[in-house]
Amino acid sequence: MTDVLQQILGAAVAVAVALLAAVAYFWVSNWLLDKTFGTAADTGTGSARNDAIRGHIRPWLFMFPALLFLSIYLVYPVIETVRLSLLDNASVGFVGLDNYIWAIGDDGFQRSVFNNIMWLIIVPSLSTGFGLVIAVLADRLWWGQIAKSLVFMPMAISFVGASVIWKFVYDFRSEGSEQIGALNAIVTGLGLPPQAWITLPVWNSIFLMVILIWIQTGFAMVILSAALRGIPEETLEAARIDGANDVRIFFDIMIPQIWGTIVVVWTTITIVVLKVFDIIFAMTNGQWDTEVLANLMFKWMFVNFDYGRGSAIAVVIMLSVLPIMIWNIRRANAEEGTR
Amino acid sequence: MTDVADTRVEARPQSGIPEFLSRINTGKLLTHAALLFLVILWTFPTAGLLISSLRDKDQLAVSGWWTALTTATVQEVTRLGTAEDQIEENGQFVIRGNLFGEGDNKTLQNFGLTANTLAEASPGDSLEMRDGGAITVEASGDFAWVSDTEFTHTRGPRVFYIAAIPPRFTLENYAEVLSANGVGRSFINSLTVTIPATIIPILMAAFAAYALAWMRFPFRGLIVALVVGLLVVPLQMSLIPLLRMYNGIANVFGAEDGKTYLGIWLAHTAFGLPLAIYLLRNYMAGLPKEVMESARMDGASHFKIFTTMVLPLSFPALASFSIFQFLWVWNDLLVAMVFLGAQEDKLVLTGKLVSLLGSRGNNWEILTSGAFITIVVPLIVFFSLQRYFVRGLLAGSVKGG
Repeated sequence: MTDVLQQILGAAVAVAVALLAAVAYFWVSNWLLDKTFGTAADTGTGSARNDAIRGHIRPWLFMFPALLFLSIYLVYPVIETVRLSLLDNASVGFVGLDNYIWAIGDDGFQRSVFNNIMWLIIVPSLSTGFGLVIAVLADRLWWGQIAKSLVFMPMAISFVGASVIWKFVYDFRSEGSEQIGALNAIVTGLGLPPQAWITLPVWNSIFLMVILIWIQTGFAMVILSAALRGIPEETLEAARIDGANDVRIFFDIMIPQIWGTIVVVWTTITIVVLKVFDIIFAMTNGQWDTEVLANLMFKWMFVNFDYGRGSAIAVVIMLSVLPIMIWNIRRANAEEGTR
Repeated sequence: MTDVADTRVEARPQSGIPEFLSRINTGKLLTHAALLFLVILWTFPTAGLLISSLRDKDQLAVSGWWTALTTATVQEVTRLGTAEDQIEENGQFVIRGNLFGEGDNKTLQNFGLTANTLAEASPGDSLEMRDGGAITVEASGDFAWVSDTEFTHTRGPRVFYIAAIPPRFTLENYAEVLSANGVGRSFINSLTVTIPATIIPILMAAFAAYALAWMRFPFRGLIVALVVGLLVVPLQMSLIPLLRMYNGIANVFGAEDGKTYLGIWLAHTAFGLPLAIYLLRNYMAGLPKEVMESARMDGASHFKIFTTMVLPLSFPALASFSIFQFLWVWNDLLVAMVFLGAQEDKLVLTGKLVSLLGSRGNNWEILTSGAFITIVVPLIVFFSLQRYFVRGLLAGSVKGG
């Protein structure tokens, strides 16, 4: 019991220290800056020069702690991982591209790439599709808000929690005994034999994808719903007067109008999919042909302790995220330009 | 997402059909049905978990959660007592007991002496026994095996029966999972990780965001681009170098490994910073320019403007980020496993749940109640602060989880 109390106390102290340290840093560094390069009132001459110096230094004072953390925890590791991927399993000897060449020939890696591609095709498209359909339907009904809240709810649930929820849905009891998993209950209700869904190659990957689709649809729905609200009412009204039916309006007006948002939603979910780890780790740990890159990387890192191969797989994940990253940066820069 | 009222005007067909009939048009009905179907599909798995976690564990193991309100029947067998258990009453020899054992609220429906004849007798009936005498079983499971001669058997005969279990809801599963399975400890661990990791990045990010939004300096565009880029960098890229670094530091201090709460707080802080800076910068940049500039004219320093004006005004964005960070850290598995490890006393809830999936994979009473404990805090945060969550989502939708 005492160690629990100690732990809670430790957390409380950490919060207090962190806040105090941050306040002290910003306050003291600003005070020092103003003191060193005083304002016109203090020094009289050279004040314009001092103003300029302060203007140059202050932004960096403001950004220093954040940049320090980003450098240590994100920028440096990215470079270091690339370096480690060129070293051997103990990170000592240089092996060139051997780890990558190994990966290309490795069954587990090939399987993972294939599965990741399947995930990339299926999950973003179905999440976005369902999200769009639910957004459109919900906006037309009085109880749409409640419906949206319920569909959105899985967003708050951890991947592991969601895995347990769905593992229960997929639960399998041998034929003849009563099925407590919903899916097998439906299947046996239709007179078909029950299946151990999680161990059924190819299909099992799809059952795992369902979990992520279930989580991400809420995200797509919220973003797309906001975009749909942004369509000018006159545009829709004009189409109605022209005699367009709801289906035509959906495909010919709504979708083109919110196309930009659909792309953003799609790419965001794509990035989630590329990093998906928890679901596979909790459900199958890559067994029965469900392996994906993130889980494979974890295995090489923490089960086999081969940092070279683990790093090489991480770099592959990074490379697959790279096009979207560049596209995001360009988009952000374009927005910056219009401000 | 609630504020905009539905102002759409619907043209009503003018026809001879009565008003109420024309209002029920098939299109609208189809919309209702389709949405209802989707909503049920989306809520049904979570409902199953919640209901199951509250069910009696014996019932949970034999029937689907959708039958939770109906009475289930089980076929069971009990071995009766031996000659040693007999007592003498009024010149007769009797063996008494209860087929169900103590404290079970089953109801007997039928019983018999072999597996094939278990429906032979009803409660209150008597059956002749091979070891002599006859047995009478009541609906409560109480039985009396009465014989005129003394019992001599050394092995109790078996009684087969069908019993009804009335629906029963209980919090026992929660009590068990919280104490016996260590989920209570993991809950505290999760809080220990999450709260500092949510609070520490806020101030740091806010200062940086202010500089990026309202100060003019060289390389500003480059740093914004860096932050946007780092938003989507896979965590996998950070794990190995950081783990090596932590272990290196631990070696210097003579510790056995680098798995500490301090380590995971700082890691989560850094991993949350890109989103924090991005969200806050976008929000701060949207604050009215005139107000900021007039404050500058009046001689207020950047530091003063930030602390007295920008920080209070940015409350909604700070709230959005805090919710994101809280949910993300609470729900995280990967970072916790790498930087805190899989030791029993350091497992956070997600890690605990994974270990239960491995060790108690068929004990659904443990898994469902354990899972519900891990998701209840995020659900409360989510439903009470949904406004801020949605706002943050709309502002930061380039972030990739």
